[in-house]
Amino acid sequence: MPEMLSLRINGATVRVANGTSVSAAMLIAGQPTRISVTGEPRGPVCGMGICFECRAIVNGMPHQRTCQLLCEEGMTVETNR
Amino acid sequence: MSPPSTTDVLVVGAGPAGIAAATAAAEHGRKVIVLDDNRKPGGQIWRDSSVIASPARSASGSRKQRAIDRLQRSGATLLSGHTVFSASASGQLETLRELATGSFAERFRFEQLILATGARERFLPFPGWTLPGVFGVGGLQALVRAGYSVAGKRIIVAGTGPLLLAVAAHLSHDGANVVAVIEQAALSSLIPFAASLWRQPSKLLQGAQYRASLSSASYRTAAWVAEAIPATDGRSLSAVRITDGKRTWTEPCDLLACGYHLVPNTELAELIGCTLQRGFVQVDEQQRTSVPNVFCAGEPTGIAGLEAALLQGEIAGRACAGVATASLRSRANKEQAFARGLARAFALRPELRQLPQPGTIVCRCEDVAFANLQHPSGWADIKLQTRCGMGPCQARVCGPAVEFLLGSKPSSVRQPLYPVPLHALTATTEHAPEPFKVEPESIHKVEETA
Repeated sequence: MPEMLSLRINGATVRVANGTSVSAAMLIAGQPTRISVTGEPRGPVCGMGICFECRAIVNGMPHQRTCQLLCEEGMTVETNR
Repeated sequence: MSPPSTTDVLVVGAGPAGIAAATAAAEHGRKVIVLDDNRKPGGQIWRDSSVIASPARSASGSRKQRAIDRLQRSGATLLSGHTVFSASASGQLETLRELATGSFAERFRFEQLILATGARERFLPFPGWTLPGVFGVGGLQALVRAGYSVAGKRIIVAGTGPLLLAVAAHLSHDGANVVAVIEQAALSSLIPFAASLWRQPSKLLQGAQYRASLSSASYRTAAWVAEAIPATDGRSLSAVRITDGKRTWTEPCDLLACGYHLVPNTELAELIGCTLQRGFVQVDEQQRTSVPNVFCAGEPTGIAGLEAALLQGEIAGRACAGVATASLRSRANKEQAFARGLARAFALRPELRQLPQPGTIVCRCEDVAFANLQHPSGWADIKLQTRCGMGPCQARVCGPAVEFLLGSKPSSVRQPLYPVPLHALTATTEHAPEPFKVEPESIHKVEETA
């Protein structure tokens, strides 16, 4: 079994396997990664860092490409609005 | 920014082409640095699970490991997590590193440059394609490898290209219920391609294995997704409307993976001034581009897959070291014939141009609807009037879509190639801060996307 870690996504605690990307964690949590300029919820699309739909706020820093970031213990992630 | 790192050969991209190029150049005595955007080497085709160190279950796993081991033994330096945002033919290149402690720009100087920047999926707009739950084909596979479980989920895999069956097979192996694989190409165009593979039995066998592992899924050719239908919550998928041009039917599902084959990542080559031919970087027999000391290998020179990437990479690496490459050329040419077969078999049907409705978003970064793109003429006009292509993806998604829908190809590539926060340009990873010349348009871009 992989080692598990906890992070907070939009205020809720989510437990994921070590090595999970932040994009994958947000999908598991059912949370959109960002809200588009006209207010639509969006999630990751390309999985490889080019579409920028997976941008979210990670540890207070907005516009982080979450498909290129791995979850860390205690990380806070919020939908980019 | 810190003082530049200097090397003989700088390789951009650590997929198969970049790994082969770097290994060959280093084994022949060149000092080599490889820069890669991803956390781990291997590129997209050799992407492993980041969650569980699974034992190699396919030949590509062990082959990948052998290639990476050999790269390490060659003495080449691999720098992962480096996104190239700027470069010039005069021998300088800049990267961005995004760390937990902040973003840092770094500079490299090189004598020779090998571009092995790979390809990305082509996405085409249709009503509902911006819903969460709609992914690329390679995109969903990458997310699964990054820890997203698809076990028990009903998935439709659609679009075009050899990736469809491969990904459907992997998703099914991971416990997904692959309801249908929807390929837009007609069987009549796929058969000549399949028949041509008798010369390459390994490719034929692989296709047959994928098909066999998908016994429960229906495989439809000459059909395509016309609409993704949202669930009542408006933020997930409930079904997909599929059509063959005459008949239309609805298939309930949880996720849709939809991608239309691949487009080459030529932005860096274009920035440096390399000549393109029909959308691909033009190279000679030794993978030299039109710019002196700049080579290109793999998908940017033509979508030809793994074997071509490995051969072209090795040719480019050897050429940088002044070593003969002729022995590899005929094999590389054979793979290029495979590429032409791929392009013919999976050519996009014109009906796909009719999919976007007036309100369908084409540019996902700026939410530009299809109706707004009807009047401007040419890419520059489109950008000026609608902001299409001016978001952080810098037209990597909407550019190929607009080119297919309206025939306007993104006209100019500008640096930074990726959004760079201003503080990254002033921060130093070491001491001795150096002034960094930022072009006015770069500042504009940074502010726009920050």
